[in-house]
Amino acid sequence: MRALLVLAVLAGGCSGVWNDPYPASDRGKNILYSAFTERPKHLDPVQSYTEDEARFTQQVYEPPLQYHYLKRPYELVPLTALEVPKAVPARGGGVVYTIRIRPGIHYQPHPAFVPENLSLARERIARLDSPYALPLGTRELLADDYIYEIKRLASPRLHSPIFGLMAEKIVGLGELAERLRKFDTRKQDWLDLRKHRLEGVEKVDDYTYRVQLKAPYPQFVYWLAMPFFAPVPWEAERFFFQPGMAEKNFTLDWWPVGTGAYMLTENDPNAKMELVRNPNFRGEPYPSAGEAEDGPAGLLQDAGRTMPFVERVVFSREKEAIPYWNKFLQGYYDSSAIPSDTFDQAVRVAVGGEVALTPEMQDKGIRLRTSVDTTILYLGVNWLDATVGGDGERARKLRHALAIAMDWEEFISIFLNGRGRVAHDPLAPGIFGQRTGRAAINPLTHVWENGRAERRSIEQARQLLAEAGYPNGRDAKTGEPLVLYLDTVGRGPGDKPRFDWWRRQFAKIAVQLEIRDTDWNRFQEKIRKGSQQLYILGWNADYPDPENFLFLLHGAQSRAATQGENSSNYVNAEFDRLFERMKTMANTPERQAIIDRMVALYRRDAPWLGGFHPVSYGLTHAWMMNGKPNNMARNNLKYLRVDVERRAALRREWNQPVVWPALLILALLILSAVPAIRSYRRRERMAAKPA
Amino acid sequence: MLAYIIRRTLYAIPILVGVNLITFALFFLVNTPDDMARMQLGVKRVTPEAIQKWKAERGYDKPLLWNADAPGAGRLTETIFFEKSVKLFALDFGRAEDNRDITNEIRTRMGPSLALAIPVFLVGLAVNITFALGMAFFRATYLDLWGVILCVAMMSISSLFYIIGGQYLISKLWHLVPISGFAGGADALKFLVLPVLIGVIGGIGAGSRWYRTLFLEEMGKDYVRTARAKGLAESVVMFRHVLQNAMIPILTGVVVVIPLLFMGSLITESFFGIPGLGSYTIDAIQAQDFAVVRAMVFIGSVLYIIGLLLTDLSYTLVDPRVRLG
Repeated sequence: MRALLVLAVLAGGCSGVWNDPYPASDRGKNILYSAFTERPKHLDPVQSYTEDEARFTQQVYEPPLQYHYLKRPYELVPLTALEVPKAVPARGGGVVYTIRIRPGIHYQPHPAFVPENLSLARERIARLDSPYALPLGTRELLADDYIYEIKRLASPRLHSPIFGLMAEKIVGLGELAERLRKFDTRKQDWLDLRKHRLEGVEKVDDYTYRVQLKAPYPQFVYWLAMPFFAPVPWEAERFFFQPGMAEKNFTLDWWPVGTGAYMLTENDPNAKMELVRNPNFRGEPYPSAGEAEDGPAGLLQDAGRTMPFVERVVFSREKEAIPYWNKFLQGYYDSSAIPSDTFDQAVRVAVGGEVALTPEMQDKGIRLRTSVDTTILYLGVNWLDATVGGDGERARKLRHALAIAMDWEEFISIFLNGRGRVAHDPLAPGIFGQRTGRAAINPLTHVWENGRAERRSIEQARQLLAEAGYPNGRDAKTGEPLVLYLDTVGRGPGDKPRFDWWRRQFAKIAVQLEIRDTDWNRFQEKIRKGSQQLYILGWNADYPDPENFLFLLHGAQSRAATQGENSSNYVNAEFDRLFERMKTMANTPERQAIIDRMVALYRRDAPWLGGFHPVSYGLTHAWMMNGKPNNMARNNLKYLRVDVERRAALRREWNQPVVWPALLILALLILSAVPAIRSYRRRERMAAKPA
Repeated sequence: MLAYIIRRTLYAIPILVGVNLITFALFFLVNTPDDMARMQLGVKRVTPEAIQKWKAERGYDKPLLWNADAPGAGRLTETIFFEKSVKLFALDFGRAEDNRDITNEIRTRMGPSLALAIPVFLVGLAVNITFALGMAFFRATYLDLWGVILCVAMMSISSLFYIIGGQYLISKLWHLVPISGFAGGADALKFLVLPVLIGVIGGIGAGSRWYRTLFLEEMGKDYVRTARAKGLAESVVMFRHVLQNAMIPILTGVVVVIPLLFMGSLITESFFGIPGLGSYTIDAIQAQDFAVVRAMVFIGSVLYIIGLLLTDLSYTLVDPRVRLG
């Protein structure tokens, strides 16, 4: 026993760390540690469209433009382009964008740029553990690579989610897709898109190309900041098309090839993804300007310094929230979101709504950064429904009554720990067109009192309900109780409190709510068919333009009629007419006036019974610099800097092994065996009992 | 014996066809090919044309089980079920819906799964048998009583509790091993200590009680009384006679699970970030990846059949009276 205690003291006194999940050889290196929960499905820029994928693709691929890292509202700035292109009227109608890229940009080292690697023997490929085991080469970025990627949108072998949209915009893209479909009959051959002309995209010289659109589409420049328009070298496609590559999971869909600050060198979506600084990256200066509070927050300390700052970024797969959170607290992840279960452990919300970190987090030097997402989650009404839909006065008053009864402030407080902002219109905060202060509130559901929006009283809701023909929640003609149906996607027993809360909101005005809890597939099917009555859905902005939100209510986008994104199937001729005008306008006072009118129509018609914008709470350790949430761009890794020495010291301090409890348990187990051993020995020595 | 093995192997074919059919029916009862396409293509800006194209590329544009438009045998063969099943029986698992090669994935993930499952299995077996033998040895004493109470308590606790509690105590509070993660080679050891420990502890309750029952049943038999009457020490009686004769029921439960060790552990792998076949299956179910689900169910069925066959064969090794006809 004494020996055990001595051992415990000795082991406890060791200064080494036992729980470090990373190799000892990585200690003290300039590495950023992060985690991913969902495995990416596609890393091909023509197909990738989710945030889980963008966190990888946007570090590697460089479209012509990017969003300014610090400035808000979001502002487009050049990335590989020399300037943000302007639309110029085209000769045959429509508009032309001329994009000039910076000369001298080179691709990351990659085997595709070594000609011999384009004709490898299958046996050699079978022996490869990674494409990077082959000789590596590079070449300069050319306008041809951007053109090649635009053609890939139309490739019959790929699934670009934006092909349908772009085929309506880019001259000749739809026709190219049709030609390629007919041409592409031999699937065993590589489809060399260089041989197929795209009418609306033209190379001017090695560093300049033009894109012709059929009609003015000001939002096109936002698409130029997405990986869909990033350059793809033909050699990369050719390289990965070789027989034997796909069997090894060596595909362009899994091994991106770009000019960005980082290159993906380890790709195991089941466990670990690793980005390494691209040695051929040209370098990019850290921004010198931002919002007013960025300077005091230390976000301009690196102004003008060449990025990237971190040599490697290691992403580990964490499927469960608890290990992810605990590893963050131990210092093994540099940043983390706050899981709902541990919200109280991390954050305290004061009575006035002020948010602060708990003393435990403050002691660790952890920083909290919040940002309102450019996302809206809403309770929608099906315009085709006979009871709640349509532009009749009765249904409109019913919707207004329900919109008042739905206390979103309470919902945010109970279910989101205050991490949300009530939506008064279809736009997200920070998007042009959304008003602030008193002008921002929905006067049909709220009043402005004491400098803040207050929800209208439930009596007013009951009054509206009575005017709609449902006094006390019963049909005035038939006497039948009013029963409404909400379609939603349940995630299990944990949803019951949420369902109960919704029922209570409707019950406040004596309306019965039946919740149709279903799976995602059935829910989608109902929405497609337009057979839902009420439903809950959300939208995450593609780009910071009001068009990207207001189109969710555009009649031509009706889900039931055209499989568009207007799931409420809302139709209002004036709204649609204003939308058509607004969508091609620059951000001018005239555009603001049109948006104001559209928002007023939305409020009057109430195709959505309100909703909210989620607020993201992100935590970063004291050693991670320059972190600022950016809802539009995910190419943020190049901006981040890590104080490696501080991290190493704090990790050591926080993770000293505590051995004595384990030794104590071991000792107790051994002690507990003593009676058994004694008893055994006694039995063995015992004489036989007399019969 | 060879004839027996061949006969059992032939029996396996209709079983596998049946399992494949049931998997197919269950999957497509809740998912249509359109649902699968939407899941893979995402929820934003998905056009009906894109869905049709996705289905056509993967052969999901055909009828499920019966193609009334096809001539002759094509009514049966030009269906999703037939085309996918034939390849399965040729052990061509094809590609997952995210375009990754399934065989390659299984090969890669088998290692981490076995690295976890084999130690849990072997150490767990040794601990359970030892504990059960101890309880049987001290039967009807307070040691046995408290041992049984402990077992009942341990088997009443959810495996999630062991996992979360173990991670909290050993990794979070005491900082002895990483909370989660995996690495190849010798580095795997530090990641496996905790899940193996938890796997073993989590299995003690049920395993030890079951083995205790087997041992007590054997101890009541005549040959044990004879052995004691001969004056053999109780330890010799227990280890040489009782343990050996209790091996048949033990083997029934043990050998059948040996091949299934390849399939990994669904929950443990997820919580400890071990990239094995268990978490692969869970991911596939969540992603509605029929290709992977079908492949994993098929492999699981094959391994289960092999396990049953091995169990039968093992009887002949531990009990000379057993003859396979």
